[in-house]
Amino acid sequence: MTKKEITINFGAQYSVTQGVLKLILEMDGEVIQKVDPHIGLLHRGTEKLIEHKTYLQAVPYFDRLDYVSPMSQEHAFALAVEKLLKCDVPIRAQYIRVLFSELTRISNHCLNVSSNAIAVGTTTPSQWLSEQREKIMQFYEEVSGSRMHANYFRPGGVAQDLPEGLLERIEKFTHGFVKTLADVEGLLNENRIWKQRLVDIGIVEPQDAIDRAFTGPMLRGSGVPWDLRKARPYDVYDKVLFDIPVGKHGDCYDRYLVRVEEMYQSIRIIKQCINSMPNGAIKTLDCKVSPPPCTEMKESIETMIHHFKLCTEGYSVPGGEVYSAVEAPKGEFGVYLISNGENKPYRCKIRAPGFAHLQALDFIAKGHTLADLTAIIGNLDLTLGEIDR
Amino acid sequence: MLSNINEYLASDIEKTLGKDRISVIESTDPVSIKISTSDLIPLLNLLKSNKLYDFKTLIDIFGVDYPSNSKRFEVNYSLLSIKHNYRVNLKIEVAEDEEVPSIVGMYNAAGWFEREVWDMYGVKFTGNSDLRRILTDYEFEGHPLRKDFPLTGHKEVRYDFEKKKIEYKDITLTQEYRNFDFKSPWKGTQYKIQKEPEKTEEKQ
Repeated sequence: MTKKEITINFGAQYSVTQGVLKLILEMDGEVIQKVDPHIGLLHRGTEKLIEHKTYLQAVPYFDRLDYVSPMSQEHAFALAVEKLLKCDVPIRAQYIRVLFSELTRISNHCLNVSSNAIAVGTTTPSQWLSEQREKIMQFYEEVSGSRMHANYFRPGGVAQDLPEGLLERIEKFTHGFVKTLADVEGLLNENRIWKQRLVDIGIVEPQDAIDRAFTGPMLRGSGVPWDLRKARPYDVYDKVLFDIPVGKHGDCYDRYLVRVEEMYQSIRIIKQCINSMPNGAIKTLDCKVSPPPCTEMKESIETMIHHFKLCTEGYSVPGGEVYSAVEAPKGEFGVYLISNGENKPYRCKIRAPGFAHLQALDFIAKGHTLADLTAIIGNLDLTLGEIDR
Repeated sequence: MLSNINEYLASDIEKTLGKDRISVIESTDPVSIKISTSDLIPLLNLLKSNKLYDFKTLIDIFGVDYPSNSKRFEVNYSLLSIKHNYRVNLKIEVAEDEEVPSIVGMYNAAGWFEREVWDMYGVKFTGNSDLRRILTDYEFEGHPLRKDFPLTGHKEVRYDFEKKKIEYKDITLTQEYRNFDFKSPWKGTQYKIQKEPEKTEEKQ
C-alpha cells in the first residue's frame, strides 16, 4: 500500500478551544505527522494598549485575556503593581482575593472538564458543571457587578467589600458543589469510554514538561510537584492548608484527575478563608493609590482632590522592574512590569501559560490519531484569549 | 534554597566567561544579569547544566524597546529553577540591525517565544528555522510593540460585500488619537492640533 499524505485545515472555529485556533495538520492516513498551530486570530494588542493606559485602566484588560479565569489574572497584575509601589494590602483584602482566586480555579476547571468531556463525546458533565459555574458567576456579579469581566482585584486591595450574606451563600455553594463533583467523578473516572480516550494519550515525561515550560496542572500531571502557591506564597496562601495533587503517568487521564482533585483542594481553601475572614479594610488606606470612600467626598476637600487626581491622572509608580506570577488555573500566569516612574507602564509583558502549552501540541500529538487530537486539545486547557493577547 | 546563589554565580561566570563580562542588577525582582550577545549561549549552558543552578525551565523571552539607547532593543530571558525555587533574568542589548543567536536547541520552549519577539520588535534570531510571524496577521507589516509604531496601526481590515473579499486599507481616523499629557496637568495642557503633513509622515 502506498502512503497517502494529507493536509487538513483544522479550525479556525472549534468548540473545545475557548476561542479561535487554526491548526494545519499533516496526516499520514489517520495518524498525525505534524501540527502547526496558527494563532493570533484573537490578538488585540493588549500589551501595546496597556502601555498607553494608566495602571488602573490596565486592570480590565486582564479580565479579557483568559476570560475563563478572569480574577486570577487581575491578581498577577495587582501583585506586580503593589510590588513596585511597596504598598501593603489589608489582610481582609488578601483573604478575599484568595477566596475569589480559588472560586476562579473551580470555575475554570469546571469548564475544562466539561469541554474535555464534550470533545470525547459526552455532554452530561457539561450540563451539571455549567450549573455550578453559573453560581460562581453570580458570586462574581455580587462583588463586582459583572459576571465575567470583574475588574475586582485592584492594586492595593479589592474594589469593594463583600455584600452581606455572601460568605454564607458561598459556604452553601461548597456543599452542593462537592456533591455535583462527586457525581461527575462517578460518571467519568471509571467510565470505560472515558478511560479508552484519555489513558495513555498525550504522555509527557517530567523532563519534557520542564523543558517545554509547562506549568500548572500540565506540569503536575507529569509528576512534578510545583505550585507557586506553595513555592512562592502570595497573599495569604501561606496561612491556609491545602495539598498539591500530582499525576504519575503524565497522560491526559492523570491531568484530568489532577484538575478534579484541585477543585476539592480549592473548596478546602475556600472553607478556611470563610472561617478565618477578618474584618477591616478591603483596600490600602493610602489615598495616593486607592480612592478614599465616597461618603467623605462631599465633606473633605482633600478627599475630593485625591479622587479627582486618581480618576484623571492616576498614580505614578516608582521606576523599576518586577516580575510577579500567580498560580492561575491554567499554570503560571506572570506579569513583567517595567515602570519608568510615570503613570503608565513602560512595558507590561504578559506571560500566558497556554502559550507554552500550545507550542508543545506538535510534540504531544505526533503519532496520535485525529480523534485523539480533540481529546488532547480539550485536555491542554487552552484559552486563545490569553495565548493571543 | 540558595539565597547566596549570586555570589556563586558571579565567580562561576568569571571562570567561564572571563572577568567583567557581566553586570548584576539587584534592584530588579528577580535579579537581572546583563550580558553581551556573544556570552548568551555559554552562560545559558552554565546555568542549565550546572546542578548548583539547574535553570531547566525557560519561562519567557520578551523584548523591550528603548528608542533613545544606541542599542535599541533589550531581549530578556526569564529562567526558572524548579529544583531550587529560584528565578533569574538575563538581559542582552541588541541594535536594530543586530542578530541574536537562537536558543531553540537548548530550550524547546524558546521557539515560539523567539517568534513573538521577532514579530513584535523585529529582532532576528539566527538558527531559528521557523521564524515566522506569530501573533499578527498574515502579511502584516511593521513590528507593533516598537515605541514608534502608532497605537492605532496603519491598516484597517474589512469585508467588501460587493467584491466578496477581505480588503486592507490605510486607516482613517475620524478623530485624532488623543494622547493626554498627564505629567504636569496643573500647568495647563497645550492642545496641539496635528498638521496634515505630520500625519502622512507617521504613516510611512
